[in-house]
Amino acid sequence: MNDPQQNGQDEGVVLTEAQKRARRSRSIAIAVALGALVILFYVMTLVKGPGVLMRPI
Amino acid sequence: MAFVGEGAKLTGSLAAGSELGLAEPSLATVSDYIALLKPRVMSLVVFTALVGLAVAPGHLHPVTAFTALLCIAVGAGASGALNMWYDADIDAVMTRTSRRPVPMGRVRPGEALAFGLTLAGFSVMTFGLLVNWAAAALLAFTIFFYAVIYTMWLKRSTPQNIVIGGAAGAFPPMIGWAAVTGSLSLEPVLLFLIIFFWTPPHFWALALYRTQDYARAGVPMLPVVAGETATRWQVLLYTLVLVPLGIAPWMLGYAGPIYGFVAVVTGAIMLLLAVQVFRERAPAERASRNMFAFSILYLFLLYAVLLVERGWGGLIARLAS
Repeated sequence: MNDPQQNGQDEGVVLTEAQKRARRSRSIAIAVALGALVILFYVMTLVKGPGVLMRPI
Repeated sequence: MAFVGEGAKLTGSLAAGSELGLAEPSLATVSDYIALLKPRVMSLVVFTALVGLAVAPGHLHPVTAFTALLCIAVGAGASGALNMWYDADIDAVMTRTSRRPVPMGRVRPGEALAFGLTLAGFSVMTFGLLVNWAAAALLAFTIFFYAVIYTMWLKRSTPQNIVIGGAAGAFPPMIGWAAVTGSLSLEPVLLFLIIFFWTPPHFWALALYRTQDYARAGVPMLPVVAGETATRWQVLLYTLVLVPLGIAPWMLGYAGPIYGFVAVVTGAIMLLLAVQVFRERAPAERASRNMFAFSILYLFLLYAVLLVERGWGGLIARLAS
């Protein structure tokens, strides 16, 4: 009977437009960085061949 | 707390969390996070690492060389973020640093810490997996040295902070060298020593006309603790050690005549400026400002000539043969 979802007392964090824009730009930057990391490992695998993980210590 | 005031409306149980600073949405943008990387310092680190990489004997595939420089750049950025996380309190009271993202409240300390640790981990692991583990270990040590030994320990406890801490800024050419060879020798150590002995006169020249800034922040820079006269002495002494070290690569046969000429001429100018700093007395600060500005050009010229002469020159010779 006291469900916060139903009575609207606990809606969580309500972001402002500025905060939504900032979060979106951060999310895109993280996606780009992860994508670049994947591409880097892919290209380096082509460069190094199958021995890519056999590095000198 | 400022974020709530700027517009975020927290409701229900999360509002209580926000009072503890636990649930406030961030307004940090991508440019704030880029500022945490200290891009200008990063560019100098990449440049000196490139020289180490270019003058090292052996061959490195261009993509591997790019990967090595990228990892060194990200590692340097991680060091910068960890430095800004820890130093937010003193950054806030110094004019030069008060507009950094953490003291401005745009990035919270915890965010800067997480960002720095994440980048440090990724840069070292990627370096090790894709280039070699010796260079990766050196990068990890450099990040540790800058963030823990310099930032957390030396900076606030001793006027020798930038002398010992300067080693962190001197490691990049060694990392670049190790990326190619997987080991170290006298030549990269010489490149290290040039930056190591360049750091004190460079920063003490700055500290001489920013003494009040450092004193207000409680940072025990040499002019604050030992006084102006002692600092001017130290600038001269370190320059007397630096100039022969700058010429040494030519004397030892690691560099050609162009480098030798540039090292002798710019070294003579450095000595002249150091003598002027030694003879100057406050409130005059012109000699200190000249020394600070020229020291940047001095280091850049030494490394740029070495890069052209040994790196590109060697590359052209290899292509021609």
